[in-house]
Amino acid sequence: MTTSGYNFGYLDEQTKRMIRRAILKAVAIPGYQVPFGSREMPLPYGWGTGGIQVTASIIGRNDTLKVIDQGADDTTNAVNIRRFFARVTGVATTTRTAAASIIQTRHRIPETPLREGQILVYQVPIPEPLRWLEARETETRRMHALAEYGAMRVKLYEDIARFGHIATTYDYPVTVNHRYIMRPSPIPKFDNPKMHRNPALQLFGAGREKRIYAVPPYTDVKSLDFDDHPFEVQRWDSACALCGSHESFLDEVIVDDAGSRMFVCSDSEYCASRRDAGYQGDGLPQKRAQAREARP
Amino acid sequence: MSEPLLLATGLTKRFGRRAAVAEVGFELHPGEVLGLVGESGSGKTTLLRLLSGQMAPDEGRVEFRSRDGEMLDLYALSEPRRRLLMRTDWGYVHQQARDGLRMAVSAGANVGERLMAQGARHYGDIRAAALDWLGRVEIAVDRIDDAPASFSGGMQQRLQIARNLVTRPRLVFMDEPTAALDVSVQARLLDLLRQLVGELGLAVVLVTHDLAVARLLAHRLVVMKDGRAVEEGLTDQVLDDPQHPYTQLLVSSVLQA
Repeated sequence: MTTSGYNFGYLDEQTKRMIRRAILKAVAIPGYQVPFGSREMPLPYGWGTGGIQVTASIIGRNDTLKVIDQGADDTTNAVNIRRFFARVTGVATTTRTAAASIIQTRHRIPETPLREGQILVYQVPIPEPLRWLEARETETRRMHALAEYGAMRVKLYEDIARFGHIATTYDYPVTVNHRYIMRPSPIPKFDNPKMHRNPALQLFGAGREKRIYAVPPYTDVKSLDFDDHPFEVQRWDSACALCGSHESFLDEVIVDDAGSRMFVCSDSEYCASRRDAGYQGDGLPQKRAQAREARP
Repeated sequence: MSEPLLLATGLTKRFGRRAAVAEVGFELHPGEVLGLVGESGSGKTTLLRLLSGQMAPDEGRVEFRSRDGEMLDLYALSEPRRRLLMRTDWGYVHQQARDGLRMAVSAGANVGERLMAQGARHYGDIRAAALDWLGRVEIAVDRIDDAPASFSGGMQQRLQIARNLVTRPRLVFMDEPTAALDVSVQARLLDLLRQLVGELGLAVVLVTHDLAVARLLAHRLVVMKDGRAVEEGLTDQVLDDPQHPYTQLLVSSVLQA
């Protein structure tokens, strides 16, 4: 099903070499943003061009690719990027986290723990964590070079002053390897602890902003916080309605016009594998209500 | 007499063939307020930028005494050290408060920013320091979570001063701090500045074209004309008995109310 007329992995070999050099530099300096010559891709900026270029440069014939978008394997973006790579490389694709050697992701880190040898490729819209603070690129680079990061906490201060707690819930800034401050891309802060000393290699590609950065395996990743307001992840009162998990990141889904809602795992593969293993949640809200009425 | 805190020697800055500042030198001692006066275009602001590390001079040196007594050549320092100096030991009060403030975040965050930049990691402490300083510059403490955009011009200027003084700098540069304010607000701000300068023993380099402001705040004056310091002396002496013809002109052109 490989389409002929394209080089393996869509990009030409020179481009792949250039991107690999950028990736090597990024791995050597964890959290540092390496500029690279982002190419025009057959989809618009903002749809994952950075992640696709990184994946295209590292993918080999023996790789198995998984693509997720908001944790799901079956959303438009995930389906299309997976199909794109199947056509231009002919490599095997999968939805199973454990079976994949490369996982390209947008907005989530899979619930299934990653292992050594796997590569997680993030799609990044805005790579610069200091951008909201300082509009000039020359100045933000200097701030990175001199590790002048104190003002990053101004945003957290504002959150606490306004809401009483740190209300930033996604794209939560982290310090990588005790040196560079990095934007983890718009993943929920629920996933931040998974980046810390992860055995897998984590690569970040920003196509429009033309930056690549990386977190090598087993690197310390610490989320920013205050001594008296430590970093915390969100928790839910309910479990997943489908698989009953208390540990996963839950999406709230409205299921009918009456406003009934249920919480389900955002990681569809994790949820499905738990259901296959026999776990079960409370099900749809109506059914729960019916079950309550049926009780004597 | 104490040793100088800031020492400028032979400062010259040219823009093309025109010298904006030519061979200016002076000493500033701890706790002293030095006024730079002169008409528009006389090189006051350029000189301030040379002194405050924002622009390297073509000739001359700027030296600053560090807390451990060592004289540091400002433009021979490494960039990280110079920037550290600027955000710890120095303050800079802009003419327009919005140039010196972060308008998108609350007043409290504006005051706390320099503390956080120095490594403060305890929200409660930062908050307490912000409240303390808002009180000291006479801003109602219940405005701590309001955006500076909702403040009046005078309040914004006082907030900017609080933001600079929270890290206890030893030297503050002020570029026409009262020029954007109306007269009654000016008077209150001057009063406040005079009180803070006295309390904290600040050394101040004050740029102003307003001789009344200079008389109220400055201990000594340097009169600038076409990039040169034409007269220097104690404030009352310069204003009451001007020697240089230009200073005489300047003093005599003040409008009498």
